[in-house]
Amino acid sequence: MNRIWLFVITVLLAGCDQHVWNDPYPAHDSGANILYSSFEERPKHLDPAQSYSSNETEIISQIYEPPLQYHYLKRPYTLIPQTLSAMPSVTYLNAAGRILPHDAAPDSIAQSVYELHIRPGIHYQPHPAFALDDHGQLRYAHLSANDWRHIHHWQDFRQLGTRELVAADYVYEIKRLASPQVNSPILGLMSEHIAGLQEYADRLSVLAQGLPENAYLDLNRYPLAGAEVVDRYTYRIRLKGKYPQFLYWLAMPFFSPVPSEVDRFYHQPGMTERNFTLDWHPVGTGPYLLSENDPNRQMILTRNPNYHGDNYPVSGEPGDAAAGLLRDAGKPLPFIDQEVFSLEKETIPYWNKFLQGYYDLSGIGSNSFDQAIRVDAQGQPQLTDEMRRKGMGLATAVTASNSYVGFNMLDSVVGGVSERARKLRQAIAIAVDYEEFISIFANGRGIPAQGPIPPGIYGYDDSGADFNPVVYHLVNGKVERRPIGDAKRLLAEAGYPDGRDAKTGAPLVMYLDTPAAGPDAKAGFDWMIKQFAKLNIQLVVRSTDYNRFQDKIRHGSAQMFVWGWNADYPDPENFLFLLYGPNMKVGKNGENVANYQNPQFDALFDKMKYLDNGPERLAIIRQMVDIVRTDSPWLFGYFPKAFGLRQAWMSPTKPNVIANNTLKYRKIDPLLRQQLRKKWNRPVLWPLLALGGLIFALLLPAIWAWRQRERSVAK
Amino acid sequence: MMAYLIRRLFYAVPILLGVNILTFLLFFVVNTPDDMARMHVGRKHVTEQAITQWKVEHGYDKPLFYNRAEHGVSSLTDTIFFNKSLRMFALDFGASDDGRDIAREIKTRAGPSLAIAIPVFVLGLLVNVSFALMMVFFRATYLDRLGVVTAVVLMSISGLFYIIAGQYFFAKLWHLVPISGFAAGLDSWRFVLLPVLVSIVAGMGSGTRWYRSIFLEEMSKDYVRTARAKGLSEWRVLFRHVLQNGMIPILTGAVVVLPLLFMGSLLTESFFGIPGLGSYVIDAIQAQDFAIVRAMVFIGSVLYIFGLWLTDIAYAWADPRVRLS
Amino acid sequence: MSWQPVVLWTDALIFSLAGLILFAFSRKHPHGQLHDAWQRLIQMPMAVASGLILLVFVVIGLLDSLHYRPQLPAQPGHAPQYSVEVISVLDTLLQPLREHQEKTYSAPLATRLYVKETMVQPGGRVLRDYPRLQFGGASLLHPQQDWQRDVTNRIMRGSVIGVLFAALLAAVGAGLLAMRRKCGLGALYRQLLGENNRLPWRTALTTLTILSVVIAVMVELAAAYHVFGTDKVGLDVLYNSVKSIRTGLLIGTLTTLIMLPFAVLLGISAGYFGGWIDDVIQYIYTTLNAIPSVLLIAAAVLLMQVYMEAHPALFDSAAARTDFRLLFLCMILGVTSWTGLCRLLRGETLKLRELDYVQAARAFGVSDWRLMWRHILPNLYHLVLISVVMDFSGLVLAEAVLSYLGVGVDPAMQSWGNMVNTARLEMAREPVVWWPLVAAFSLMFTLVLAANLFADSVRDAFDPHGRQR
Repeated sequence: MNRIWLFVITVLLAGCDQHVWNDPYPAHDSGANILYSSFEERPKHLDPAQSYSSNETEIISQIYEPPLQYHYLKRPYTLIPQTLSAMPSVTYLNAAGRILPHDAAPDSIAQSVYELHIRPGIHYQPHPAFALDDHGQLRYAHLSANDWRHIHHWQDFRQLGTRELVAADYVYEIKRLASPQVNSPILGLMSEHIAGLQEYADRLSVLAQGLPENAYLDLNRYPLAGAEVVDRYTYRIRLKGKYPQFLYWLAMPFFSPVPSEVDRFYHQPGMTERNFTLDWHPVGTGPYLLSENDPNRQMILTRNPNYHGDNYPVSGEPGDAAAGLLRDAGKPLPFIDQEVFSLEKETIPYWNKFLQGYYDLSGIGSNSFDQAIRVDAQGQPQLTDEMRRKGMGLATAVTASNSYVGFNMLDSVVGGVSERARKLRQAIAIAVDYEEFISIFANGRGIPAQGPIPPGIYGYDDSGADFNPVVYHLVNGKVERRPIGDAKRLLAEAGYPDGRDAKTGAPLVMYLDTPAAGPDAKAGFDWMIKQFAKLNIQLVVRSTDYNRFQDKIRHGSAQMFVWGWNADYPDPENFLFLLYGPNMKVGKNGENVANYQNPQFDALFDKMKYLDNGPERLAIIRQMVDIVRTDSPWLFGYFPKAFGLRQAWMSPTKPNVIANNTLKYRKIDPLLRQQLRKKWNRPVLWPLLALGGLIFALLLPAIWAWRQRERSVAK
Repeated sequence: MMAYLIRRLFYAVPILLGVNILTFLLFFVVNTPDDMARMHVGRKHVTEQAITQWKVEHGYDKPLFYNRAEHGVSSLTDTIFFNKSLRMFALDFGASDDGRDIAREIKTRAGPSLAIAIPVFVLGLLVNVSFALMMVFFRATYLDRLGVVTAVVLMSISGLFYIIAGQYFFAKLWHLVPISGFAAGLDSWRFVLLPVLVSIVAGMGSGTRWYRSIFLEEMSKDYVRTARAKGLSEWRVLFRHVLQNGMIPILTGAVVVLPLLFMGSLLTESFFGIPGLGSYVIDAIQAQDFAIVRAMVFIGSVLYIFGLWLTDIAYAWADPRVRLS
Repeated sequence: MSWQPVVLWTDALIFSLAGLILFAFSRKHPHGQLHDAWQRLIQMPMAVASGLILLVFVVIGLLDSLHYRPQLPAQPGHAPQYSVEVISVLDTLLQPLREHQEKTYSAPLATRLYVKETMVQPGGRVLRDYPRLQFGGASLLHPQQDWQRDVTNRIMRGSVIGVLFAALLAAVGAGLLAMRRKCGLGALYRQLLGENNRLPWRTALTTLTILSVVIAVMVELAAAYHVFGTDKVGLDVLYNSVKSIRTGLLIGTLTTLIMLPFAVLLGISAGYFGGWIDDVIQYIYTTLNAIPSVLLIAAAVLLMQVYMEAHPALFDSAAARTDFRLLFLCMILGVTSWTGLCRLLRGETLKLRELDYVQAARAFGVSDWRLMWRHILPNLYHLVLISVVMDFSGLVLAEAVLSYLGVGVDPAMQSWGNMVNTARLEMAREPVVWWPLVAAFSLMFTLVLAANLFADSVRDAFDPHGRQR
């Protein structure tokens, strides 16, 4: 063992000049303008037509530019053009093709036509697919076996080129959504809206069957009724009927431009075998390009030299200026040269590295909460002294997502609209104390949900006067959870006095299905069981793996289950459709996993989805929320709050829970970071010396005994 | 001799076939192609069409073992079993379920795994043998007894504890090494240091005990008595005779694990964020990407059999009296 | 209160194992060779000390394996109904620990919660402080002043009770022994504790005293405090870690119990018959060995989940679910670990087969099975025994690793693996929550250390020439 220590000490002494021993990054990067963050698992897809998870969009949103984006500072979230010269114009047509006024009845609208006009002069990032040879032909469009002998790594594509962004690229991507080679997750949804998309997909499937694997299917040859190029910079999208939420989709990566030569480039034989795919090497017009993609270790975004430029917004919400968010108003974007994402599967190393200054931003997990945040007497979160000393900043935002427990409405015990089942559900809704849940499991980082719509989304009432009367009541003017006695009464009325079936006396047993198996899972189960035990209901938690859980949900054989939803876009429709009957899971494969059906609710939903935000829409939303509160198909759970910490060297950032293309607004002070890292990471040497001394002390008697023996042998 | 070794090598074929069929069956009962498709297509807005599409694209739309639609040989070859499992015999691992080439991935991940495994193996062997020698030298004194008790104590501590404690003290409190991660090339030594140290300490208990018992067995043999009778010093007896003769079981024992080093350590790699084969397997299990798991099972069993074969050679080499029947 | 016994699969197996062992002990004269070995074993101080510690664990594990459903309060006009929740005798003994649930974390022996909460003072003033625990130290009026005195008192009282209990036990034992040997207590004392007694009575007595003091102190403290603190949802960590003993024991013993018949039968057959039988058996175990065991276990655990979800009616209670998963885990661990013993037995049988008396019996026409049963198996007992005790500790440790990989016991089950797994996150907390980790590791360590020391002694006693390491 002493040999190892000798080794350790020599090696460490050799590294002494570096001063900081635990820097996980190369020494020459220590003063560079690089933002450090992490990814938890390798992104499955970087193809804009395929990627849907937040960890994927976090990367590709910096690379690809869909026509629209959200304003960085304004709230409620506002769409603004990204590559367009103005917001798209929409025309409504009736079945005969005649133009209708904007306030025409939704039923009369047969088609909505969106016309989008791109700003000229936007160029793609440097990429081999655009490279031209001496004759002005695409250099790598027809790779021969001879070419491949010199190409093994991505860097072997020596020549790079670029091209101007044109309307055809956007149309091409919309066509790709229907391609069987792409298998886009939103094809099913979009084919309900984009004219002719379903037929197009069917046609492509037939065409693709005859082709060999990975062969190029030239989508330019097949027109799509719902998307057409008008001129070099203009294109049109035709939707069936009216679908005002479509604009939000235009801000998502699915509608980014993909040049057809890039698609053809990647479909040459030999590409896939070398991992050269659009899924791995994205090509965009955005502020950054993916310069290194090693998902086993790190992914690096580097400033795109061809970026068309954008400026930091000059106005925002009241209060933004005071928060320092307008310090850089009007300055050219982006600020940061590189973002390095390192693979960090576990939260603990991430947090510790953040504290050591090796990550620039961090969320706060429930385990590190007490170290970072203390809640003041008013219940407001404040940074702890330790964090203050480090100069950290805090930003909080309620995420546009919810976490709830759904009742399967097809279940014979909890499901259905009978008075008995409803009262049972209501009783449980009172008993499961989400205030306690939030305080234990989320350290108060959440808001108990009063309905399906989270804060920040139209239809949420933040006046505090709006509450779920089934679960809460007013006590001295304050909203409080109803006492457990109310729940017991409801339970008795439902036919289970004291948790026993009134007819047979059998105890009421309920089942909660969950795919959770992480280290924190057991605590969660124990807590849930405790909640049901308040009503003398015996809860059995059935934890299983993800696939089995999905199976059960799909077949409707679960009784209760934990679920959540992340908003696609900031519109109440995106939450209320989770309870829309025709959208149910069983049989219809929708997202209404509770299989809730209420004709009244469905009728209101049909009306609500076409309306623009305004008093009429708000009234309908209120009505819908009241219906689901009474029916209680979910325990509405809570809306998680995101707490973000930033290091002293980061300029203030405004949390944006909808948009992802925010890297370009971030700014750091690399020199301050370098200084602080040095200060925070002085190696502590005494334990090494102490350990060495201890080992020596242990060896001493051995040496002594050995000498004794040698001496005795010598005699 | 040569013929024997070649014959032994041929025994591997039925074993590998058995491994192949067993894992294939296990994983396909667990995960039907439908499950796999759902797992990879995503969570939101999934349609049946997308599922079918995924299966076609990844070759899971075929029958498992026998394709009635085809004739002749292709009724057996145009099946999932043939395409996904038997092809591995030609070292064609295909693509993982998320569409990446497995062979390429294994190649890049082997490096980090070996960067941990080889130092652990070599240094571990050195440390354990020297401690064992020391204990044998002081046998039947309090030092030996202390050593044995320490070894048992070290053995009785969960490996997880060493990792957690090591990370907590060396990386978090004392800022001596990075907490986790890996770097390409020579810069990786800073990341390798702590995992190697932790692994060596974790293996010290059982290793030292095992070598001690080997040496003690050697000590009880006649030639040692003869050597002592000749008046050789204890020190010389130990180093010249006992160590040399003890090396035979030590080396043959080590040879078996040698190929398996390649597979990396599941725990160490995933705790320290080292992008090796061990964490590849864990990720694959957690993501239920069984194309990867099948490939790794196959490689693991090939290496195991290779290890057995090496042991045969090592025995023959170390002890010519071994009868090679 | 009336109750309805529940026999889980693992309960049945563990009790049959216990029965088997008792039966083996109760037979007056075992085989001569084995008898000598047992004699050697009980003369080793280390074996006696570690054996006593193991015995405590086993008793706890067995108490925790007596399951039942308590009857629910009777309702007029209905047949008696039983709770769905299955609890064990140990749960009943530890009832206070089980029910004294706090809100969330509290440190060992604490009187206040580990996290601050907003409290409204009677005057309407809002204060953020550590609230008092509902149960831990609830009897203290002024915890700041009284806590230290109270804890010291309890430790003292516990020690005294422990020593008294040990003394009582020793006195009763000595009295009985004296009556049997028909001698006075003084003579007995000289006989037993004298220098030249064969049996290590002094070690036994010391271990017994230490054990009873530790247990008595724990009981004294646990009556008013959470000795190892509470976990995230306020459950007593001591209760959790004691409940985990059964899981650890079961994994360590049932695994070998389940694999034993296969390993013995196949190993002996392979060695005895040779030829194609040998080839087939060798093929089976090489194939199984060639698959990396973690992957095999992962696949099998997923397989089991498919089965469980396909038959929800069979697993309608939490106990049935966790029990089945545990049993299955034991089985699959058995499948991956029987090959070593099998190979060992095969090799040993190969040697025994050539021995004169076996050859002679064969010549007399003794049937193969009888020969294997009467002449070969008894000569392999010691190998089986050694390998069982040697495997035990490895399996207990493996459970923790498997839980980390997500293919261990059910996440809802109390086990050290699950505790360690959760505690990893808690270690990152600041201020750090160290007690669940320490509790789990120290109990696991005690069990494994005792098992290792015991296994060493067993090996020395049964295999004095060190044929098997």
